[in-house]
Amino acid sequence: MELLPGELEQIKAETAEILQQHGTERQELIPIIQEIQERLGYLPKPAMEQVARALDIPEVDVYSVATFYNQFRLNPPGKHQIKVCMGTACHMMGGHIVMDSFERRLEIKEGETTPDREFSLERVACVGCCALAPVVLVDEKVEAKVSPIRVDGILLTFEIEKSEQEKVEEKEQQEGGVEE
Amino acid sequence: MSKVNITIDGQQYQVPAGEKLLWAALDCGVYIPHLCANKDKERPDASCRLCFVEIEGFSNPVTSCTQEVFEGMVVRTRTPQVDRLVQTAFELLLSNHKLRCGKCPQNRQCELQKIARERKLKLKLTRLRPLLTEEKPVDDSTDVFIYDPNRCVLCGQCIWVDHKIVEVGAIGFINRGFKRKMGTFGDVPLAESRCTQCGECVKVCPVGALVFKEKTE
Repeated sequence: MELLPGELEQIKAETAEILQQHGTERQELIPIIQEIQERLGYLPKPAMEQVARALDIPEVDVYSVATFYNQFRLNPPGKHQIKVCMGTACHMMGGHIVMDSFERRLEIKEGETTPDREFSLERVACVGCCALAPVVLVDEKVEAKVSPIRVDGILLTFEIEKSEQEKVEEKEQQEGGVEE
Repeated sequence: MSKVNITIDGQQYQVPAGEKLLWAALDCGVYIPHLCANKDKERPDASCRLCFVEIEGFSNPVTSCTQEVFEGMVVRTRTPQVDRLVQTAFELLLSNHKLRCGKCPQNRQCELQKIARERKLKLKLTRLRPLLTEEKPVDDSTDVFIYDPNRCVLCGQCIWVDHKIVEVGAIGFINRGFKRKMGTFGDVPLAESRCTQCGECVKVCPVGALVFKEKTE
């Protein structure tokens, strides 16, 4: 995942601040990376390297813990978060087909974020509305009985929204230019 | 060093006090299957679940790598209960192991083959369905050795050597569940990691997961 300009400095500063509040014993590892994720939204590689140096353990040990627990994410959350339900009911109704469609359309794998940070794709266990299976949570909105065609629809809505927003912004810029 | 008297399978032995039963038994020439055990580890992992024995006075079989010897200990290495536990653990290991031994460079030097021979276990799945439906990619990026995660039994011997003996810190366990494997920081190929390609990890691999390239040709 490419870092945005200025992001590396922010990561370093935040991590250093968190590390200051903790000891350097190994048992501090999980609380530290939990706090990093809370502040940055995810665990960037430079932050994990920094933590490893501070605790004097190999970086791979930090990575090992971060990949073991589902709680930690290694990719930044996208502007729109897509959560595909893989609970029992959704699984039976073809949740993995929906996941496949998203993976193909967004050209990322489960747990990843698109390079423009527009979308992130995740699997969740159960969102609690099994009668609507297979379910997808798009940001906070529940999409019921999703089919691959609906996947295209969801993504198209965002595309249209985005292009319309761009048009409005362009207009505003032009108007602003006239006023000056 | 003080010694204690123990009985293994009806035979009396004198072993050093404070030693773990597994090493005491192996020194006496009694074979107990084991993969993850390491004599120099402060705390045994006890994760391979193969070294079970029954001890008189204990209600359940125990892992011999975690059990210290004591005076008057009576051990039985083969009972129906122990055999059943070992058989199940062994089958579970095989269920996601690439089995084609004939094509494996470690053929005849493999610890799994040794356990199968000693305990008269089959090197094929009978009760369980194979889990290894999708093979994980083999890492052959280094000049010296390859890592085949499909043959890995996750014993952790390579990681221990990497961390504690050569102190490189290039490899560790990554991911969880069926996806668990030995890997590097960021899951990059070994050649792109900190790995110095010293080959020490290859020497301790009990199976054909880490093998020298010269052997595969």
